[in-house]
Amino acid sequence: MPTNRDRTEIARQFINAIPHSRALGMSLNEIGQGEAIIAMPYDERLIGDPKTRVIAGGAVSALMDTCAGAAVMSHEDAGFATATLDLRIDYMRTATPGAAITAHAICYHMTRSVAFVRATATDGTSDTPVATATGAFAVERGA
Amino acid sequence: MSARRAPEAVQVVKERRDRALATLVGTVPYITYMGFKFDRRGDELTAIMPYRDDLVGNPALPALHGGAISAFLEATALIVLGWSLVWPRIETGDALPEGIALPKTIDLTVDFLRSGLPRDAYARARVTRSGRRYASVQVEAWQDNRDRPIAQATGHFLMPRQDD
Repeated sequence: MPTNRDRTEIARQFINAIPHSRALGMSLNEIGQGEAIIAMPYDERLIGDPKTRVIAGGAVSALMDTCAGAAVMSHEDAGFATATLDLRIDYMRTATPGAAITAHAICYHMTRSVAFVRATATDGTSDTPVATATGAFAVERGA
Repeated sequence: MSARRAPEAVQVVKERRDRALATLVGTVPYITYMGFKFDRRGDELTAIMPYRDDLVGNPALPALHGGAISAFLEATALIVLGWSLVWPRIETGDALPEGIALPKTIDLTVDFLRSGLPRDAYARARVTRSGRRYASVQVEAWQDNRDRPIAQATGHFLMPRQDD
């Protein structure tokens, strides 16, 4: 039986093998039982508004999508793969320039074919999230 | 009333519009980093996401990352909306100021319809409502076949203040 530590290590390698997530510098902090925490460092390339130096919404949605998918895959009833069906993101406030963004996703329900996920992104400067997201993910179980 | 002005030379008009578009797109470093391009025909814009290996989300298939597709849709919606705001000013012959203020995304809902293949993607957006404070934008992305979209999205945006 793989231990939790093994599982986290496997998941970390899995996330690191996603080219776009790696390009944005994402790193897995925690994973297990349908929950995942992934951080993305502040990077000048990701700026959406040069006046305020705030990170672009698109980069935050890439982080949310990756984290939500990881949460689905860590669920005990997960299939062998997953794909995003839909994702809604609410941008609640501008992220603080210079601060890393951390996403926390929870897969709160899973059926045979669909996983439902909630996620929040915070920048460590306030209790109010930078963004929240809800999504539905396809669960691939094979034929 | 003065006599009607003669129409401008086509090259003058095109250059002014293309310069304005480049200014608008160039204000966002993230768009530059992601490599998104905008093709203009009159006032209609088509966004292009040229394929790159670092846009992949599933190397096994391979398929584009959902996050890259979301980012592409959002950037297209934002630029098309911003473009619709500056268009009247371009047509009166004014140059765009550097560091023009773009709208801010309030929310974005993305439907992933098909997996994104490892090749270029295109997107067009339609501003369905543009008010003084808020706007709603629909956007669709496709690859080889226009009738088989890979993703569609609806977003709400907060307009830049008029005095910005």
